[in-house]
Amino acid sequence: MKQHDNDDLTFISIDRKIEKAFIAIMAIAVTIPLVIMVMLLIDTFIDGSGRLNVDFLTSFPSRFAESAGILSPLVGSGILMVLTALFAVPVGIGAAVYLEEYAGKTRLSSFIEINISNLAGVPSIIYGLLGLGLFVRYMQLGRSLLAGALTLSLMALPMIIIASREAIRSVPRELREAAYALGADKWMTIKKIVLPMSLPGILTGIILSLARAIGETAPIITIGALTYVAFLPDSVMSPFTALPVQIFNWISRPQTEFHINAAAGIIVLLVVMLLMNSLAIILRYRLQRRIQ
Amino acid sequence: MKDSLRIIVPILLIGVVTLFLLSCSSKPVTTVTVDGSSTVYPITEAVAEEFQKENKGIRVTVGISGTGGGFKKFYGGEIDITGASRPMKKIEQEECAKNGIEFIELPVAYDGLAVVVNPQNDWCKSMTVAELKKLWAPEAQGKITKWSQIRAGWPDENIRLYGAGVDSGTYDYFTEAIVGKEHSSRGDFTASEDDNVLVQGIAGDKYALGFFGLAYYEENKDKLKLVAIDNGKGAVYPSLETVKNGTYQPLSRPLFVYVRKDALEKKPEVKAFVEFYLKHAGKLSKQVGYIPLPENVYALVEKRVANLKTGTVFSGSKVGVSIEQLLSK
Repeated sequence: MKQHDNDDLTFISIDRKIEKAFIAIMAIAVTIPLVIMVMLLIDTFIDGSGRLNVDFLTSFPSRFAESAGILSPLVGSGILMVLTALFAVPVGIGAAVYLEEYAGKTRLSSFIEINISNLAGVPSIIYGLLGLGLFVRYMQLGRSLLAGALTLSLMALPMIIIASREAIRSVPRELREAAYALGADKWMTIKKIVLPMSLPGILTGIILSLARAIGETAPIITIGALTYVAFLPDSVMSPFTALPVQIFNWISRPQTEFHINAAAGIIVLLVVMLLMNSLAIILRYRLQRRIQ
Repeated sequence: MKDSLRIIVPILLIGVVTLFLLSCSSKPVTTVTVDGSSTVYPITEAVAEEFQKENKGIRVTVGISGTGGGFKKFYGGEIDITGASRPMKKIEQEECAKNGIEFIELPVAYDGLAVVVNPQNDWCKSMTVAELKKLWAPEAQGKITKWSQIRAGWPDENIRLYGAGVDSGTYDYFTEAIVGKEHSSRGDFTASEDDNVLVQGIAGDKYALGFFGLAYYEENKDKLKLVAIDNGKGAVYPSLETVKNGTYQPLSRPLFVYVRKDALEKKPEVKAFVEFYLKHAGKLSKQVGYIPLPENVYALVEKRVANLKTGTVFSGSKVGVSIEQLLSK
């Protein structure tokens, strides 16, 4: 009997050791990507920070690395983002509300559900090819901002739908029932209770998927974003360029001065994405407080 | 009431903004659309930049679809001008003919392809074209794997090869010039569309050998070593002089732009751009790291444009034939 107890104790101490080793391994696993990312960031900042000034943000691309700027790609990316949001957000939220509130559990709805989840994992270049075939060629939109934004909206949609559905699902059942009990119909409940309550989650999903969309290079190159554009777009049908395309072009040039420009461009892109992410966090925080 | 306003107002706003944006698109703008090779891109970018300074009303857009991708858009009728780092292939000419697109071929600059090794490589100073062919031919795959197999006396170490991506005009030109058949080489080499990747690969590997545009060597002289090329008339290093005077053969190549004949005739902005291009290509190509054609060649090319002389004289021409000879045909 005593012997048995000892066995148990040794087992426990072995378990403790394994646990400690496990924690150590996990800590290393967290450290490795962090260190790599920090090194990459520091490297980029050292290379690019010298080039970051107002001129860099307000000049058009040029063959002289010192006077080249990113005005047209920056504006191009900005307009792309606004248009993408215009297309993707209403459709995304609409689809999420329908699937969560109205569709029920039919075969069709679970089929749609599986497809949306799968679409979220499709490589972005596939969306580029789809955009090229559908918007550029078939719908004759040309290699325009509109075609680019529509393509990016397709890419952002699955993520927006999934995030919105999660948010809608997390609205407590009691609240809905309380609304029904007060005599509200389904639409009133969705409008007054479900959507406002799930808004923080929905917004976070929207902003994160848009941030991903503006960082994408493959789909917009596929649908025909240009590289040298020395004017600002004056309509949605205008040809355009975007930040990732310009960065890619500068990186592949032989002259190191252009590589420095690329680093500065990466910083601008990072700042834009960080701003968007912090906007998501702030909105989430404020809205949640309001709800409480 | 108040709540429905909250929904309707944003929708209206969105609609107004969209309509505003769409309505602007009816404004006529004259645009010159250029696409094609990433090798030719820096020259076209420089020309476009200068051209737009002098011609404020005309827009020039330049894309990078690669030589082959540019030709596809060109015979698809999507663009006015395409840059190419090799002459138009037969099959591409047939597509042009099928779509009723006549074109004018304009050489605009030279580019040298450099064969480079690691600076620590102290044995390989020059190579003959035959040796390069032995190394790069499709038959070499899996067989020619050591430096000692190329020339007796070189180290018995594995050779690692780096080269331009197989979709590029650079790859097509190199294989045509060295292997003798366009787009045919061994497959077991590190290929990248980004020449800086090749530079890094060779710079970090004592037993590496690779090829890419001379401009990439010029910018990384401290990390790489040039190999002189011997085509039977002695070993020659690529340089501004040897490429321009035609002694660095067969790895000097002309770079082209192809212009649609109907665009040249009907669109004055395209004509103005092409004329501007040829007038300034010499100076600007040098600025961005390429080698200008001789002055008299630019004159010959300008004459081709003035006479609207269509078709290609470079396609299928033998590597190494002087550009003057071809153009004066």
